[in-house]
Amino acid sequence: MKTALYRAMLRIRMVEEEIARRYPEQQMRCPVHLSIGQEAPAAAFGLALSADDRAMSTHRSHAHYLGKGGDLEKMIAELYGKSTGCCGGRGGSMHLSDERAGFLASTAIVGNSIPVGVGVALAQQLRGESALTCVFLGDGATEEGAFYEAANFAALRHLPVLFVCENNLYSVYSPLSKRQPAERDLCTLARALGVPAEQVDGNDAQAVLAVAQRAAAEIRAGGGPRFIECMTYRWREHCGPHFDDDLGYRPTGELAAWQDRDPLPRLAAELALTDTDRQAMIAEIGAEIDRAFELALAAPYPDESTVFDAIYRTELSS
Amino acid sequence: MSRDSTIHAAQAINEALHLAMAQDERVLKFGLGVDDPKAIFNTTAGLQQRFGPARVFDTPTSENGMTGIAIGAALAGMRPVMCHQRLDFFLLAMDQLVNNAAKWHYTFGRAVPLTIRLIMGRGWGQGPTHSQNLQAWFAHVPGLKVVMPSNAADAKGLLLSSIFDDDPVVFLEHRWLHFAQGEVPEGDVRVPLGRAAVRQSGDAVTIVAASYMVVEALHACRALEQIGIHCELIDLRTVKPIDWDTVFASVRRTGRLLALDTGAATGSIAGEIVARVGMDCWGALKAAPARLALPDCPEPTSYGLTRQFYPGAEEIVQCIGKMLGLSRLPLEFLPQRHSHHDVPGVWFSGPF
Repeated sequence: MKTALYRAMLRIRMVEEEIARRYPEQQMRCPVHLSIGQEAPAAAFGLALSADDRAMSTHRSHAHYLGKGGDLEKMIAELYGKSTGCCGGRGGSMHLSDERAGFLASTAIVGNSIPVGVGVALAQQLRGESALTCVFLGDGATEEGAFYEAANFAALRHLPVLFVCENNLYSVYSPLSKRQPAERDLCTLARALGVPAEQVDGNDAQAVLAVAQRAAAEIRAGGGPRFIECMTYRWREHCGPHFDDDLGYRPTGELAAWQDRDPLPRLAAELALTDTDRQAMIAEIGAEIDRAFELALAAPYPDESTVFDAIYRTELSS
Repeated sequence: MSRDSTIHAAQAINEALHLAMAQDERVLKFGLGVDDPKAIFNTTAGLQQRFGPARVFDTPTSENGMTGIAIGAALAGMRPVMCHQRLDFFLLAMDQLVNNAAKWHYTFGRAVPLTIRLIMGRGWGQGPTHSQNLQAWFAHVPGLKVVMPSNAADAKGLLLSSIFDDDPVVFLEHRWLHFAQGEVPEGDVRVPLGRAAVRQSGDAVTIVAASYMVVEALHACRALEQIGIHCELIDLRTVKPIDWDTVFASVRRTGRLLALDTGAATGSIAGEIVARVGMDCWGALKAAPARLALPDCPEPTSYGLTRQFYPGAEEIVQCIGKMLGLSRLPLEFLPQRHSHHDVPGVWFSGPF
């Protein structure tokens, strides 16, 4: 499990870095929100969920999609707007979906996918399924009404929902200190809504995995929703491939301090992974990524004549 | 289970809901107050008793959140039917409607079989925030279907079609039309979405209307008939997408158009009708197209301020008279109003 966890994080990191490297070529013509630095929750919750479980995510969703088992080739093709993309080029980076993997979708409005995930959990409960729905959100979404409305209903109906809040301290350039009172504790807030909550070091992949597995088991046992706050940090700019610390919106030294807590070497040390094993893993993942980019670049754009297709499931005459 | 052949539209809606829920266990019904003693103007009466609290339930006062939850349930295979006692309350849910419900099929290829019933108020001091007819907002959003019944039989038949349609449908119920009585067939008799109905045939002017304006237009048509003027009245029934074939065929025959709307004039459905007829039927037009809609003004609450607020049968007759150059208007043939202007009939006393 530990090795799988490390590999999942490494794969996300390597995919995001390759996107960052190629983005300036201006062939991926859509906004990208990278998860470099905050891979641990996506990898850990992806492993803790079963294939039947569903997941919903946000504009920063590459990691969640990959963690849940989403198809890499289809994701990269989607970023390039190609017909082979997971949405046939209609969604781009902020709208990923892989139904086969149980990754229902990511949406691009803050807080907007939270109630949808809760609605999926309502259907799971009504059908008596044992599966749960995992809803990824950021700290910014806890300022949206949609979060309170959805969490209240999840608590009211004891729905099988796992709220995973990646608290990376910033909403675009706005720090938490400008957005919420200093004494605010998101877990207390979730508990006040009737959702048992727990905070975890989001850069300690093993700790996240343990919390994720326990929470998922409690939900499956009929315990109702859970809220997990993962403290983590985004290394690069909110949107785009670059580092942007020169803008000065984050205190000097904050990024470096978080980079010292990089979740990857931390787990590698505990794993006692040999350098040879690690290099083999990198080579294997690297080949997979290269192939995904090659296929995406070679794939055609969707046929222009299809642009007005499928606005509706059932077209009406006239 | 036999009943009178003539029932109110509110009863017809209730019947549609009972039929849909009995027929398909994926149909859910929820909204604030669905199981309360008033049962959404009696439209949801008996549903919870018959189908249970898992499928029929009251909700938190969370219009946006509950809409998202309905979307999620729809994506996971349910057919939710939501309702709101006023359209105005639902404005809090525009994010979920516009950014999710309308987008999922185009973006992700995933059907959202969701019906949202919104009741639009009028009169009795409903005022600026309980009486808005915003059909044009919804119709503006690609991916939504927007339905506006004008009578009891259509209320039932169109609602059944909406519930079993695989796309998100905004179903707009005019509060005054809940009281409309009409012959309603028993059983699962559906009225297809996207098809207009010709309520009156004629050759003088094409009147295009929807929802409550169909009632006012019928009165106007009957008065005009008394002096030999036969108008063609088209009831759109679905305002997105619009049945253009029926509209254009009629205008090409009559050469004249009057478009009616229960909403404010600017950016209205009636404005869209005028625009498309102007573009597609220009050569057939014998007169400039006309439009009657509400003023571009919030609806005031005061009895004293609403007397002239709503265009009705009289204004329709005047407008057509001007279009045809009539020297005499048959206003005396319009039904005498026995009630106050702000209620649907003498039998009504507030509140709504």
